[in-house]
Amino acid sequence: MKTENELVLSKADKNKAAARLLEMYEQMFLLRSYEEKIYFLFLEGVMPGTIHQSQGQEACAVGMLFDLRKEDYMTSTHRPAGHCLAKGVSLDSMMAEMFAKSTGCCKGKGGAMHTGDISVGAIPAIAITAGGMPVAVGVGLSCKMRRTDNVVVCFFGDGASNEGAFHEAMNAAAIWKLPVVFVCENNFYGASTHIKLVTNIENIADRASAYGMPGEVVEGNDVELVNEAATRAIARARKGEGPTIIELKTYRRCGHSRNDACAYRDKVEEKEWYAKDPLIISKNRILEEKYATAEELEQIEKRVLQRIEDAVEYAKNSPDPKPEDALEHVYAV
Amino acid sequence: MAKMSIAEALREAIREEMRRDERVFCLGEDIDIPGGFGGAFTVTLGLSKEFGHERILDTPISEIMIAGAAVGAAMTGMIPIADVQYGDFLFCMMDQLADNAAKMTYMSGGTVSVPMVMRAPVGATTRGAQHAQSLESFFTHVPGLKIICPSTAYDAKGLLKTAIRDKNPVVVFEHKLLYGSKGNRAEKSALSPVGEVPEEEYLIPFGEGVIRREGTDITIVANLLMVYRAMEAAEILEKEGISVEVIDPRTLVPFDYELVLSSIKKTSRLMIVEEDTRRNGWGAEVAAQIAEDGLYYLDAPIIRVATYDVPIPFAPVMENFVVPSAARIAEAARKLMKA
Repeated sequence: MKTENELVLSKADKNKAAARLLEMYEQMFLLRSYEEKIYFLFLEGVMPGTIHQSQGQEACAVGMLFDLRKEDYMTSTHRPAGHCLAKGVSLDSMMAEMFAKSTGCCKGKGGAMHTGDISVGAIPAIAITAGGMPVAVGVGLSCKMRRTDNVVVCFFGDGASNEGAFHEAMNAAAIWKLPVVFVCENNFYGASTHIKLVTNIENIADRASAYGMPGEVVEGNDVELVNEAATRAIARARKGEGPTIIELKTYRRCGHSRNDACAYRDKVEEKEWYAKDPLIISKNRILEEKYATAEELEQIEKRVLQRIEDAVEYAKNSPDPKPEDALEHVYAV
Repeated sequence: MAKMSIAEALREAIREEMRRDERVFCLGEDIDIPGGFGGAFTVTLGLSKEFGHERILDTPISEIMIAGAAVGAAMTGMIPIADVQYGDFLFCMMDQLADNAAKMTYMSGGTVSVPMVMRAPVGATTRGAQHAQSLESFFTHVPGLKIICPSTAYDAKGLLKTAIRDKNPVVVFEHKLLYGSKGNRAEKSALSPVGEVPEEEYLIPFGEGVIRREGTDITIVANLLMVYRAMEAAEILEKEGISVEVIDPRTLVPFDYELVLSSIKKTSRLMIVEEDTRRNGWGAEVAAQIAEDGLYYLDAPIIRVATYDVPIPFAPVMENFVVPSAARIAEAARKLMKA
């Protein structure tokens, strides 16, 4: 028999879990809708540049970054939109950057692959494979030397795991016990090359033991599982116990970049993964646990879609940079 | 005034800035291991006694990480002074320097700054081709970096202090034969210039060259070791009645074109001497810029004396042949006078 007090507590816990999952779902839906909108605008030829999208990988970004503070940091890759939205970069400023406007988060100088906003801890994305990993080591070193308990979450892909920078960064973070959480989003393909063709082990996280740090393999499309792993690694980092590798098995719903029909992927494999879509997993759980009704979820989705339309309007109405603005910001003053 | 070698002057600059600002720290390979070298040329020797090993951070042999960590720390509130043992190792970290350090401020629309210093010894010293190169021109080409090259103890201290306080990545090229390192780290053929360094604090702004020797017939622009070779050549030439003005730009980015222009108004002849290989070198850039801005002050073509376009060979007789010597500079000057 549970006491009345315990029943109240467990109800409170359930409410908390419900609120968290609903918020994570809303964030994931924002990431998905943002990138879908970008994709259509890109196809329409409204946007310049290229795109590297992360539809299908939303649970990785949201689950990992959900409990970070504004003062914590995040480093990202050539596929940064989801990470940046989840770290709190403003939707308007990201959309404006995609439209190459002066109100963009990088004032039109960065573009999709360098999205970021250091004022919310999102280091402008580094689009050289594994290039952000040594930088994350420096950010972690800085957090430690300044005697803060801030942490840095460092995203990289399976392809990055065979770069020299990966090894140098992992080793340094481990020997100095830096507050870095290394997050491998293993979507199985470095552009068109399957990870099995270029790596002899099953799990990238198995390499953790080579550096004397913990490694964990997690179902990357389940936002709650990702968040649980994140909680463990972040707590460890905050306590000064050092870095962790979290490998999130996930899958792109999109091509590597523009005009990629993914002819190198097996269609059965695609079907299996699409059935494990992170939004579907979360939505089903919300309905099963009765955290919300289908109508309530629809309301959430409507709200998000409106925010995206507003961001597009904002971006379209924003001024272009002046051509000669290109000559500014080469040096900090 | 204290008499100091360049190694000592650099060490003093680091010490003073680390005392002044707790954000400043050093990282690199072998920079202050107990019983070790204090960096390849003793610059950081003993600093951990005062600042501890947390701020004088010995790293694994991981050049990509050293540069990347400097970038990350610099972006988030620290001021790293990173170090490589030999300039040639900068190639290992080129992505971090050229793609991250140099571009982060720009790509972020000016919202991020990267106040870091990257120190690198250059110069041919009978170590063969991979511990010998002068790399200034690889880096002067990169927008977003500042490049300095002190050739005296006074400049070494004043320029390094300015570099540490700059909000941008600054690459410091130091010459192995000019350090004046002591003990078993001393170089056999080193010049060991010892100079007066004031006790009181001073900073040297970037983009201000100095005239090392005044003259009226030829202007020679030279950096690092080549300043000394040019001075030696000027001595020889003076006896032959040729008066040479030697300019040490001290910083390559930014570069003091005004000083060179005002000098050639007087001499009407310009020679550039660099230890970097000749093709597409910083000397070529200076020559082109002066041709654009000062062609009509000149009575003769601009000439360059530089290391021949070969990797640095080991045999001293060959190394001495490919790197500009005082004799080669003097010979080029004689020809220039007849041009």
